[in-house]
Amino acid sequence: MSTHNAYYIPHKATWPIIGTVGLFIMLAGFANFLNGSSIGPGMMILGLLVFIFMLAGWFTLQSLESEYGMYNTQVGISYRMGMMWFIFSEVMFFSVFFGALWYTRNLSVPWLAEGVTGEMLHKGFEAVWPTNGPAHLLGGKPTPDGEFEPMGAWGLAFLNTLILLSSGVTCTWAHHGLLAGKRQQLIQGLIATVVLGFLFVGFQAYEYHEAYTEMGLTLGTGIYGSTFFMLTGFHGFHVCVGAIILSTVLFRSWRGHFKPENHFAFEAAAWYWHFVDVVWLGLFVFVYLL
Amino acid sequence: MSAVIAPHDHEHDDHHDDHGPMKGWIRWIITTNHKDIGTLYLLFALAMFFVGGAMAMVIRAELFEPGLQFVNPQFFNSMTTMHALVMVFGAVMPAFVGLANWQIPMMIGAPDMALPRMNNMSFWMLVAGVLLLASTLFMEGGAPAAGWTLYPPLVLQTGAALPFAIFSVHLLGISSIMGAINIIATIFNMRAPAMTLMKMPLFVWTWLITAFLLIAIMPVFAGAVTMLLTDRFFDTSFFDAAGGGDPVLYQHIFWFFGHPEVYVMILPTFGVASTIIPVFARKPLFGYSSMVYATASIAFLSFIVWAHHMFLVGMPMAGELYFMYATMLIAIPTGVKVFNWTATMWKGAMTFETPMLFSIAFVVLFTMGGFTGLMMAVAPADFQYHDTYFIVAHFHYTLVPASVFILMAAGYFWLPKWTGHMYNEKIGKLHFWLSAISVNILFFPQHFLGLAGMPRRIPDYAVQFADWNMVSSIGGFIFGLSQLLFLYIVIDTIRGGTGEKVTDEVWEDAHKHSLEWTLPSPAPYHTFTTPPETVPSEHF
Repeated sequence: MSTHNAYYIPHKATWPIIGTVGLFIMLAGFANFLNGSSIGPGMMILGLLVFIFMLAGWFTLQSLESEYGMYNTQVGISYRMGMMWFIFSEVMFFSVFFGALWYTRNLSVPWLAEGVTGEMLHKGFEAVWPTNGPAHLLGGKPTPDGEFEPMGAWGLAFLNTLILLSSGVTCTWAHHGLLAGKRQQLIQGLIATVVLGFLFVGFQAYEYHEAYTEMGLTLGTGIYGSTFFMLTGFHGFHVCVGAIILSTVLFRSWRGHFKPENHFAFEAAAWYWHFVDVVWLGLFVFVYLL
Repeated sequence: MSAVIAPHDHEHDDHHDDHGPMKGWIRWIITTNHKDIGTLYLLFALAMFFVGGAMAMVIRAELFEPGLQFVNPQFFNSMTTMHALVMVFGAVMPAFVGLANWQIPMMIGAPDMALPRMNNMSFWMLVAGVLLLASTLFMEGGAPAAGWTLYPPLVLQTGAALPFAIFSVHLLGISSIMGAINIIATIFNMRAPAMTLMKMPLFVWTWLITAFLLIAIMPVFAGAVTMLLTDRFFDTSFFDAAGGGDPVLYQHIFWFFGHPEVYVMILPTFGVASTIIPVFARKPLFGYSSMVYATASIAFLSFIVWAHHMFLVGMPMAGELYFMYATMLIAIPTGVKVFNWTATMWKGAMTFETPMLFSIAFVVLFTMGGFTGLMMAVAPADFQYHDTYFIVAHFHYTLVPASVFILMAAGYFWLPKWTGHMYNEKIGKLHFWLSAISVNILFFPQHFLGLAGMPRRIPDYAVQFADWNMVSSIGGFIFGLSQLLFLYIVIDTIRGGTGEKVTDEVWEDAHKHSLEWTLPSPAPYHTFTTPPETVPSEHF
C-alpha cells in the first residue's frame, strides 16, 4: 500500500529547530563580524554549516516521503500554495529596491538640484542619472573627483539576458520531457538550465570585477552604485539559489524520481526559476537600459 | 535502499495516527501539533506582554514627575523603542498567531494546519528573533533608542545593537511570512467540504485577510532594514542625501509596511470580537457578509494611506490632500463594523460574562481610538498633533483597550475549551473592571497632554504637563498590576480552575455559532481527523 487517503501530518519534526538554531548562530555571527568581533566569522561558518545540514536533511526527508507516496493530492495543493505565496513575498522584497530606484531617480535626485536647496547647499549639482550625489562637490566620498563609469546595457548585461531567457526555455523543454515521460529530454534540459544559470553568475561576477577595478563603480558610488549593486546582487544571489535547487531536481530526476502526474519539486523549482527570470527582465530595463 | 524501508515506515505511521502527545519536554521543541504550537505562541506572547509591560512601567515611573528621576535619557529612549518592538512583534502578533493555530483548524473542521513542520519553524524563528532583539539590551551603546520606526539618520548612530536589531527584524519577518503562508494554505485547502467561504467564522476570515497583509509587508520591512544595514556597514547611500539618496525614502518604505502592520494587529481583533459578541447576545452576527467586505476594504485601503504618518516631512500639496482623503475613507468600513457589533447586541438576550465585558469595552474604546485617528487624518490639524502625546494616546487606545482587551476576552472565552476547566468568574470580572477603569486613567489624560503640546519620546518635560502625567502614571501602575490577575487566572485555570465540569459547548448554545464548541472540552489532541458533515450556518 502506498496511497494515503488521509492528509499526511508528521508527528514530530526535528529539522525546523536545527535550522532555526543554525540561522540564529549565523546571523548573530554576522552581526558580531560587522561589529568587528573576532568570533564573528567562526560563528557565521558554523551557523551556515548547520543551516546547510538542515536543508539537506529536510529536503531529503521530503523527497523520500514523496517517493513513498505519503502525499496525496490535497497535500500537494498545500505545497503549491506555499511555494506560490513564498514567491509573492519575494516579489514584494524586490519591489522595495525597485521602488527605491524609482523614487530616487524620479523624485529625490531632482529635488536635490531644484530651487533653494540646490542653490544653497550644493550649487552646481545636476540632476542627471546615473549620479553618485552631490558629495564630491563638498569634497566628500567616494572619490575626490566623483568620477565613475556607469554599467552599459549592451555588453555583458545583454549577453546575460540572452543566457537567462534561454535557460527559461530549456527549463520548460525539460518540463515537457517530464510530462511526456521522456527521461533523456528531462535530464538534458535540466543540465542545460543549470549550466546556463551558473554561466550567468560567472559573467555577473566578471562584471562586478570590472566595475570595481576598471570603472570606479562600487557600492559607495552614491545612489547609482547602491541601487545597481543591491538589485543585481540580490538577483544574482537568487540565481545561485535557483541553480542549486535545479541541481537537486536534476539529481532527483537522474535517480528516477518524479512522475508525469506528480512532480511538485520540479514545478516549484521551475516557478522559482521563471520568477528569477522575470526579475532580471525588470533589472535589464530599469537598471541597465533606461 | 529507501524502497525497503518505505513500507515499514508507512505502517509505523498508520499505527500511530491516533496517538496522544509525546512524553517529556522534547514534545514542546519538535511538536507539529497545531494545539501545542498554539499554546507555545500564547504562552510566549504572555511572557513578552509582561516584559514589554515592565518597560512601560519604567517609562511611566520616569514620567511620574518632571525632571530626571530613575533612568538616563538614552536608556529611556531604549525603553520606548524596545517596549514598542516587544509589544508589537513579541506580544500582540504572536498572541494572534497562537489563537489562529488553536482555533482555525477547529473552526473549519481541519485535522491540523496545512504545513505542520513549517508551523513549528515559524514559532522557533520568532523566539530566535526576539532573543536577538533582547540581547541588544546588554550591549555596548545600549538597545536601539531611535524609536520602533528606526528612522535614519538617527538609528544609524545606534551602537553595537544595530546589526542585531536588524537581523532580529529579518528573523521575525521570516517567522511571520511562514505563519501567514501556513494560514492561507490551511484556510483554502483544509476546510471541511461543507464549510464554504461565506460560512467561515469571522475570526477565520479576518485572519485570512491578515495573512495576505503579512506576506505583502514583511518583505518590505526586511528590505528597508537591509538598506539601513548596508548604509551603515557597506558604504551605500540609500538614505544619505550626500550620495543622492533620501532619508524620507526610508519613511515611505517603512510606512508602506507600517500602516498595514497596525491593521495586522487590529483585523484579527475584529474577528475575535465578531465571534464573541454574537454568543453572549444569543443572536447571529448582524451583517455577516458586510463584515467580510468591510475587512477586505480596510485591508486594501491600508496599502494606499501610508504617508498620513508623514504629513510633516514636506510632501507636495497633492500628496498631503490625497493621503488625507484616502485615510478618511477608512472610517467607512470601520463604521460598518462598529454598527454591526452594536446591531448584533440590539434586542439580544445579553449576559455579561468576562469575555463579553472585554468585548463591549473594546467596541466603545476602540471607537474612541478610531475617532482620534480621524482627527489626525486631517492634514492641517495633524500639524498640531504630530509627534505629541496625542498620537501616543490614539494608538494606545487602538492597541490596549482594543487588541489587548480582545486578546484577554479570547483567553477567557476559549480557555475552558482548551483546558476543560472553568476560570474564576469573580476574579475575571475584577480583572476586567480594574483594567477598564485604569486604562482610561492611563491613556485619556495623554490626549490633553498632546493637545497642550507635550512631545512624545522625552524623559523630562515642562512643569505645566506635571499633573496629567502623574494621573497617567498612576493609571499605568494600576493597569500593570491588574494584569497579574490575568496571569493568576491563566495558571489557575490550567491547574483546574473552579473545579466545575465544563460542557462541550461551554457557553449557552455556542455550538450554533462555531464548530469548536461541538468538540469535547478539553479539545482532544487530534480533532477532525475526518471532516464534520455539517457546519453551523449563519442563521439559526
